[in-house]
Amino acid sequence: MSSSSSIVAMKKVVQQLRFEASINRVKVSQAAAELQQFCMNNATQDPLLTGMSSSTNPFRPQKVCSFL
Amino acid sequence: MRSPLSPEMATQEVPLNETLAHLKTESETLKLKLEEERAKLHDVELHQVAEKVEGLGQFVMKTRRTLKGHGNKVLCMDWCKDKRRIVSSSQDGKVIVWDAFTTNKEHAVTMPCTWVMACAYAPSGCAVACGGLDNKCSVYPLSLDKNENLAAKKKSVAMHTNYLSACSFTNSDMQILTSSGDGTCALWDVESGQLLQSFHGHAADVLCLDLAPSETGNTFVSGGCDKKANVWDMRSGQCIQSFETHESDINSVRYYPSGDAFASGSDDATCRLYDLRADREVAIYSKESIIFGVSSVDFSLSGRLLFGGYNDYTINVWDVLKGTRVSILFGHENRVSTLRVSPDGTAFCTGSWDHTLRIWA
Repeated sequence: MSSSSSIVAMKKVVQQLRFEASINRVKVSQAAAELQQFCMNNATQDPLLTGMSSSTNPFRPQKVCSFL
Repeated sequence: MRSPLSPEMATQEVPLNETLAHLKTESETLKLKLEEERAKLHDVELHQVAEKVEGLGQFVMKTRRTLKGHGNKVLCMDWCKDKRRIVSSSQDGKVIVWDAFTTNKEHAVTMPCTWVMACAYAPSGCAVACGGLDNKCSVYPLSLDKNENLAAKKKSVAMHTNYLSACSFTNSDMQILTSSGDGTCALWDVESGQLLQSFHGHAADVLCLDLAPSETGNTFVSGGCDKKANVWDMRSGQCIQSFETHESDINSVRYYPSGDAFASGSDDATCRLYDLRADREVAIYSKESIIFGVSSVDFSLSGRLLFGGYNDYTINVWDVLKGTRVSILFGHENRVSTLRVSPDGTAFCTGSWDHTLRIWA
């Protein structure tokens, strides 16, 4: 491999790292709180979480009506 | 002491070497700086923040439908937006469209190659895309006429130089995003087959990708055999964030429903959660007893549950916030190779090397 092509490759690596190092970050405590808030806000709308009843979940078997 | 070179060579030789050495040093310094910056903000763990959250109770999830019809390992599946149709692809080259409510097969196509590793449903529900060892991604419009030969209308869209590992339509039927064993991802115009953007940065096969939820803008995440998960800007082609904490191939990546984080599943037997604003891994979902790789992951609608399909034939269900396993599901008789939650979150579907697909709810 020629020296100039490895220099070009290394320059790209350095540029990419500079870019990644410069982004704005938030604290994990804040990020985690927001993830949790999203879960809480949407919990009631989550059928697999709340366990939908048979009548509303199209995949669960319907309860069979029988004449008494 | 310089060797007796001609004047031009002498002046070129020394500066080139210095620059390369400088660049290498700078790259090492930047990598350390990146780690330091990420570590500074690591003030707490996700499960600590979630201590006060109520724990989850027992889950009753069972196989509600079994889709039989593939002649070999099921490799991939995708839901239609109508929440009932599913497309699946297999090692035997067959791509089947099912009605998951009735388990009826609505369409079947035989691809010219085996190992159809990727398939996707178009947002309109009117077409499916698939590919694998043919190194291509092809789009088949779905006809209402069941007798029509789908293969006749096939449109070749993407061309890679190695196998197609994953594909996904973007917000419309007009563009497809692909990932490949050739180490790249690419965005294609379906109508013309033109390459719109390519994404270079992985050092080995790219195995999976997922598009950010539409509200969060034009980005997607990819995972590969280089153990990295990269987040990309779709318009510029630039890698905007990169995460390397897995110890083996990343087989699956999926965005958290808010778009602020994504989960990954790996051959290292763990699932991990990466927060994009904190720019770091914030949770690991693992147990000493789980030693087989994760092939596929997906979230429930609220993001509270993470479902993982494993090579030990099971599905593990994780509490995303607390980091604990809430359920383990049995049923498949071979590796679970693919797993997707339905668009309305009422069920999830798994595909397996046991030739079947199962719908769980």
